[in-house]
Order: sequence, then structure tokens, then C-alpha cells
Amino acid sequence: MTADAQPILELRGVNKSFGVVHVLHDVDFQVYPGQVTALVGDNGAGKSTLVKTIAGIYHIDSGAFLFEGRPVTVRSPNDVSALGVEVVYQDLALCDNLDIVENMFLGRELKSRGLLDEARMETMARDALASLSVRTVKSVRQTVSSLSGGQRQTVAIAKSVLWNSKVVLLDEPTAALGVAQTRQVIDLVRRLADQGLGVVLISHNMSDVFAVADRICALYLGRVAADVAASEVSHAQVVELITAGRSGDLGLASLTESM
Amino acid sequence: MTTFRSRPAVGLADTDFAGDFGEQQTLRSAMVGYWRRVRGGDMGSLPAILGLVVLFVVFGLANDRFLSALNLANLITQAGAICVLAMGLVFVLLLGDIDLSAGVAGGVAACAMALAVVNLSWPWWAAILVGTACGALIGLAIGVLRASLGIPSFVVTLAFFLGLQGVTLKLIGEGGSVRVDDPVIRGLTIENLSVPVGWALALAVVLGYAGVEAFQLRRKKALRLSHPPGGVILARVSAIAAVVFGVTVVLNVNRSVNPSVEIRGIPYVLPLVLVLLVVATVVLTRTSYGRHIYAVGGNAEAARRAGISVDRIRVSVFVVCSSLAALSGIIAASYAGKVSASSGAGNTLLYAVGAAVIGGTSLFGGRGRAIDAVIGGVVVATIANGLGLLNQSSYINFLVTGGVLLLAASVDAISRRRRSSSGMG
Repeated sequence: MTADAQPILELRGVNKSFGVVHVLHDVDFQVYPGQVTALVGDNGAGKSTLVKTIAGIYHIDSGAFLFEGRPVTVRSPNDVSALGVEVVYQDLALCDNLDIVENMFLGRELKSRGLLDEARMETMARDALASLSVRTVKSVRQTVSSLSGGQRQTVAIAKSVLWNSKVVLLDEPTAALGVAQTRQVIDLVRRLADQGLGVVLISHNMSDVFAVADRICALYLGRVAADVAASEVSHAQVVELITAGRSGDLGLASLTESM
Repeated sequence: MTTFRSRPAVGLADTDFAGDFGEQQTLRSAMVGYWRRVRGGDMGSLPAILGLVVLFVVFGLANDRFLSALNLANLITQAGAICVLAMGLVFVLLLGDIDLSAGVAGGVAACAMALAVVNLSWPWWAAILVGTACGALIGLAIGVLRASLGIPSFVVTLAFFLGLQGVTLKLIGEGGSVRVDDPVIRGLTIENLSVPVGWALALAVVLGYAGVEAFQLRRKKALRLSHPPGGVILARVSAIAAVVFGVTVVLNVNRSVNPSVEIRGIPYVLPLVLVLLVVATVVLTRTSYGRHIYAVGGNAEAARRAGISVDRIRVSVFVVCSSLAALSGIIAASYAGKVSASSGAGNTLLYAVGAAVIGGTSLFGGRGRAIDAVIGGVVVATIANGLGLLNQSSYINFLVTGGVLLLAASVDAISRRRRSSSGMG
């Protein structure tokens, strides 16, 4: 896997605190196009905060946010989606009373002469799902509440293809899924990266991580313990990085906080 | 991006968007699918329509005046105000909120309208505008309190329900009333379209509806979009045509009890309700604003993350509801010929909420259509009219109305449970 020279999204020296709780310490994080970067860490390590910071929900206290090499100011989720960054949250943020097409275009509906352009939206939604080789959906007009967990996850992910995003962040996409559905979603993640998107996968599941990730970034108590190629570390080393912050000569040099 | 794949062979009907193409669905399989959906809890307006049939049979047998042309025309006119109020409530119910003050807001608006005509000698259109503006203002106040302070809509609108009755009393004076004499405003409910114009309207409605459905079906087929089979469309158009022409025939018969005077024709309030129905349906189903209302009602957090301004949507639906409530109050005042201190209070709101729920709108949000309000409004008007003809004591009226509302809410709750267990909703 050739690494592109320039990351498409980069956080440099980012700090974030909530009151007295200092959650992110000098975090450097890069996302490369065409690669899957797994973000791993124990509960409380700061993964969700990092994702929400990238998504524009939280503002960084200090540090730089660069997109395609240029610094950008991010004030809200709209700024971030305008750049081409899609976030798929753990709760999927789907409206159960709307169908697949309506959910995929939520907030960004296409219009013709003032009214909704259902024809174009339906065609584009179907094409987006087909391009990801999604074959198990009976109708794009069925309500999402009637879909299985894996299908709902697929719809949420397919939004990023629809909007020609450049970066997609997936927060624990397989947490609530069974074996076959997990396989479906992991394949989808790989296909997204193969289409040239930069994918960030947050996961607790080591087998998912090693199945699909090109790079692994381990967080420990709000600091980046290691940012390495997946082929250069073993399963056991990653677990050690997550739980102790260091593994051999990988990891944080000294621990300033006790567990 | 890859182009769309060709459809799979027989046996893989549940993949590759096979459900989107009507040709693979015969009329029979569409009916089977519909019946399965109904049993799974997705009943829509079916209970209301069945209920209406039952009511007509029961009241028709109980009292020989119920099915007379005069009474049916009265029924339709009485339904007008309820339908309009219920339509406004649908907007609020879609968000999972409620507006308990809608009835009295209509009363205040009718007061403003009546006083504008009587005290200020304003023309009818200015008076109606003032009344509607009053409604919009009340809705704005409620919406802002609900959205920015987060006070539950039940509490805010209950406060307005009480407070606005004070406003009406102040405007009219205790025990007083203001006559509504303006010919145009009164004519809304007591004047009728001439018979030929009535038939032209009926024809226009049926042909218009058929034309729109046919055009959309052809377009969807051409663009390979999801569409129902042609037989379903035909059935729908036939049903609408039967209802429209049936109503027109009944209303165009001479219903006068006085042999020297003829009363025929569709009352003006009916085309007014029809226009409001069409506008409301287009707004809710074909505009992004309507789409956002359903989204906020289904999952407000998801809507917020999608960039939709949840607060603005919330304020706007209360404005719409109270404005339609104002129109409803004006129609009620036109029918009664006056505005009194108790206008809009009492059963008015109950009837309208009941109408919306009976018609198929969910009290929990995210589910409902403008047509639900109209169908439910006719059901409620039928109950009130039928009971009135049977000259029952007030206690029977209260018991029956309360019972019907409970029945409607139970149907809603049971369907909801069935939908979630059958995986449909």
C-alpha cells in the first residue's frame, strides 16, 4: 500500500478540555486518501472527542486543523461537511419514519422549480447503493425502520458516496451487528477506501481493525500512543498500547498520570 | 460509478431493488401486500373510513332525517371548521407536540374579524386578514416559548388556552356576542355555488387528480423509478371520483323544506377546504420544508445533525397551526352568524384533535397527512350531527365523543406497537 505524501485531513498539536478535564493532549492525527486509518483506544481515551472535534461539534482549544494541506477554521458541522467530510455516528442518525432516499438526502434535498426533485434523488440514491455493490435492499422507498442493522449502517455509509466526500469517519460501525452483517460493513469500508476516500474507523474490535485497516492510531488517556502501519504491529502489541500506552519501544516514553 | 445492474432472475425478488418496479408486481400481489401492511399495523385512514361507513348505517337507521339532503349538506358545512382546525393540528402533531389553545385562538381571531367589520367597518378581506394575522401572532408566541425556552407544548398551550379566553372576554364583554353580518363572510357557509359551477368544479377535481396520477405514473415508468402498479392507481382514481361525484349529486339536489324556495349547490366552504387540503398536502409531501417537518418529528437529533434548524421548524408549525385555527374560527363564526365569549372553547379543540387522530395522524409524531384531518373531521362531524338529530341528552354526547377519542388513540397506540414488532415502523 503506497502512502500518499500528503494527508487529506490533519490535526496538529490539538488540545481540547471540558472545564478542568483535559481530554486531548497535543494530538497529531492524519488521514490519507485511499487508506483506512483505525482509531483505537480504551473507553475514556478520547476517541469520541477526537471524532466530534473533527466533525466540527467541538471547537479545538489549541492546535491546527488542516484539510488538503491548508489550515481551515471549523465552527460547525456544516463547515466540515462543506469540506467533504462525512461522519457516521454510532447511533446512525437516521429518521425511522422516512425512507432510504429521504434519509440519504436529509437536509440537502435536491429541488426542481421549488419542489423536491424526487426522480433525481431516487436515481442517485439507487446508483450510490449499487456502486457499493449493495444487493440486499428490496426497495429504496422502504422506510429505514424496516431494514436490518447492517442495512441501516450501509445506508448511513452510502451517504458519503452520494455526496462525493473525501473523508469518512465511522464511529463503531459494527458494534451492534452480527457476524454476516459485520462482514458486509467491513467489505463496504474497504470499497470506500478503494474509491479513493480517506476512511477513519473507530473500533473496539481488533479483528475488524486488522481485517481492513492500513494504519492504526492508538490513543491512550488523550495522547497518541502510536501511529503505525497495520502491517508493522501485531494484535498483542496494539492491545498493550491501548491498555498501557506502551509496548516495547512503541508508545509513550513516560507516563505522567497513573491509571 | 458503475451503472445500474440488470434485474436478477426469478427467485431473488428481495434484492437489487426488485421491489421498486411495478411491472413485477401484479394488482393481486399489491393487494396482498396492502393487506399484510394493514395487519402489520400500517393502517393509515382505513379505520376512519370504515368507521364512517358504520356511522352512516347506524344513524341512517336510527333517524330517518339523517340521510336527507338538507342534513347531509349541514353535516358537510359543520365539518368544514373542524377539518381546517384539524389540518392545522396535523402540522403540530407531526412534531410530537400538541396545541391545546388552537380552538380559542380561532375564537380570538374570529373576534378580531368581527370587530374589524362592526367597529372599524373594514371590508371582508381585510377583516379576514386581521383575523389570520392574530392567529399567526399567537402561534409565533407559542412556538418561541416552546422552542427557545423548551417549555413542553402541553403546558404552554394550556396557558394560552386559559389566557386567550380572557382576551376574548375583554374584547366582547361578559355574556355578549358580536353578530357577523358581512355577506361575503356569512356566505362562506350559507351561500352555495350554482349547480353548473358545482359540476364543473367536481369534474375539474376528478380530471385534475386523474391527470396528475397518470402523468406521474408515466414519468416514473419512463425514468425507471419506484411506482405502484397501474391497477392501484386506477382503483384510487375511481374511489375519489365516486366520492366527489356522489357528494356533488347530494349537494345539488333541492334540499329546501320550504316549497317556494330552492336551495341547491355546493357551499363555498367546501372548495375552500379543498384548496387548503391541496396546499397543505403539497407543502407536506413535495417541499423540503415539509420533509424537514417529518424528519424533526421522526428523529430531532438526526435532523439537527443533518443541518436542519429544529427550532425554526418548531416555531413555524405553531404559526401554521394557529393561522389555520384562525381560519377555522372564522368559518365557525360564519356558520353561527356570531362570535360569542365562548367561541372556540368547550369541545372545539377536542373534536379537532380527535379528528386528526381518528384520520390516522399519530400523537407521537412523525406520522400523518393533511387528508387525515379531512377524513377525521367528517367522522367527528357525523358523530356530532347524528347524536344531535337523535336529540340525546348532553351526557350521551360527552360519553360518545370521549369514547370515540379513546378508541382512536387506542388504535393509534396499537398500530404503533404492531408496526414496531412487525418491523415496519
